[in-house]
Amino acid sequence: MRRLVTDTMIVTERNLVRLTRAPDLVLAFTVQPVMFLLLFVYVFGGAIVTPGYEYKDFLLPGIIVQNIAFGGFVTALGLNEDVKKGLIDRFRSLPMARPAVLAGRTLADVFTNALSVAVLLGTGLIIGFSFQASFIEIIGGLGLLLLFGYAFSWVFAWLGLLVSSPEAANSVGFIAVFPLTFVSSAFVPPESMPGALKWFAEVNPFSIVVNAMRALWIGGPAGNNVWGAVVWSLVILVIFAPLAVRRYRRAASS
Amino acid sequence: MPPTTQVPPAAAGARTGAPPGEPAIAVRGLVKSFGDVRALDGVSFEAAPGTVLGLLGPNGAGKTTAVRVLATLLAPDAGSVCVAGLDVVEDATKLRHQIGLAGQYAAIDENLTGLENLVMVGRLYGMPRAQAKARGRELLGDFDLLDAADRPAKTYSGGMRRRLDLAAALVAKPPVLFLDEPTSGLDPRSRLALWETIEALVAEGTTLLLTTQYLDEADRLADRIAVIDHGKVIAEGTPDELKDRVGGERLEARLTDDADVAAAVRALAPMGDEPPVADGSVVKVGVRRRSGALVEAVRRLDEAGVGVDDLGMRRPTLDDVFLALTGRVAESADEDQIDENERTAP
Repeated sequence: MRRLVTDTMIVTERNLVRLTRAPDLVLAFTVQPVMFLLLFVYVFGGAIVTPGYEYKDFLLPGIIVQNIAFGGFVTALGLNEDVKKGLIDRFRSLPMARPAVLAGRTLADVFTNALSVAVLLGTGLIIGFSFQASFIEIIGGLGLLLLFGYAFSWVFAWLGLLVSSPEAANSVGFIAVFPLTFVSSAFVPPESMPGALKWFAEVNPFSIVVNAMRALWIGGPAGNNVWGAVVWSLVILVIFAPLAVRRYRRAASS
Repeated sequence: MPPTTQVPPAAAGARTGAPPGEPAIAVRGLVKSFGDVRALDGVSFEAAPGTVLGLLGPNGAGKTTAVRVLATLLAPDAGSVCVAGLDVVEDATKLRHQIGLAGQYAAIDENLTGLENLVMVGRLYGMPRAQAKARGRELLGDFDLLDAADRPAKTYSGGMRRRLDLAAALVAKPPVLFLDEPTSGLDPRSRLALWETIEALVAEGTTLLLTTQYLDEADRLADRIAVIDHGKVIAEGTPDELKDRVGGERLEARLTDDADVAAAVRALAPMGDEPPVADGSVVKVGVRRRSGALVEAVRRLDEAGVGVDDLGMRRPTLDDVFLALTGRVAESADEDQIDENERTAP
């Protein structure tokens, strides 16, 4: 167990150091989401009706959730490269804890996710986002974001080990996740969508997480959203972590 | 011979991890299939502590698969495989402390510096950070990489990457080392430099299993060679024994005039055990001794009044080995390709 913790930290450190060597990746976590936030607030914002809320208050939790769902991209790309370059073989020939490669990889995402949440939230506050929440609710919201992001990192870990190239990981991830985040309550109220889309947007786990964030941060209707979001995160984790681990074993052993 | 012969058996045992008197690598009846492809079909070989065993064969012969089984990356379907006295399946975790692996591709993190790469590997072997750092510096010095220690590995040349990869395999001073085609893709100078590094390692008592497609590489580095083809060992012995079977070096003379072929064959016949063969205007003969062979050939051909355009010695190649052993030229199967696909495709 001590070995697992130590080795996970070593792999995490490796993945974080790598960020400092690839500044373009850091842009993806920081400048890109800020650009999206500003575009939505100032370009579409005036045309989108969000009863009861100012659009920037409505949007910020949504765009943060979308962004955090994509945070695991680095995991998909990184693992795919590691398999290709034979690094996974080296790791497997070392007397290290087996799950540490995946655990360290996904844990590194928690740090980068925290960074991008901080940047988005900071920008949001500058352009006038205001919390309607207690301190506990704000912290709870941050916790939920990181949990959901962590769960999604395992989806990307699985994806990265499944596809044949980093480019493929990129496009498959984009095609799978992008519509999911858009057909949700993240950017517009689902009531404004046509029938089937509206239904999907309402049951979409993204919407549930986004709604939970609104409940926590801007006083949206809570309902079962917060617990629903936690359960969804755990369900994703419980399904995709074993899938990724199994894929890792196979990727490394055949 | 490496100097292990001067080391008392008990100390040699401690160095290799294998009980004294037992081979450092013992493979018996190893079988491994991927789907319908039998990559290894009952392979057996051994390496004594402190020696170099060369696995020689064309692409896809099963060399990489064998290394992957020995390095605990792949479980064998059948057969027994022991390294440093430990079973690769039962004692895999223990065994990983005793082995170092450098594969066909430099398995380094290009975003980390040379030193960071080695420190990471050292810590994953369980070393404290300070010790891993000291060991990393030591290795970078040994491999002539100290100047580049703090540069990201993506700025390294191909030869430097290979050296860093090899250094990473040596971080824990493993008694048994696996090198899978260590010089493929290197220019001749880097290749020679790497050979010298490997020789120095072996001189310190490391047991080495090396795969290669090049006869000259196996000849230079290996104490014993196992020739692998289609997942089977088709010949095994010292480099000299194998070369004897292949017929040693060949002398080739390109004649100015085709009409002289018969005279040239007569003139060169005393130099080889087998009669010379003529192929168009080229006469070939396997020579018993390399030294002086060219001079002798020039003299004999001159005495016979045969004009020569070109005269040279040709070292036997992997193709010659296969031709001699199997009667056909070495074919590349797609085993490596299969490996690759199995690893990445769904």
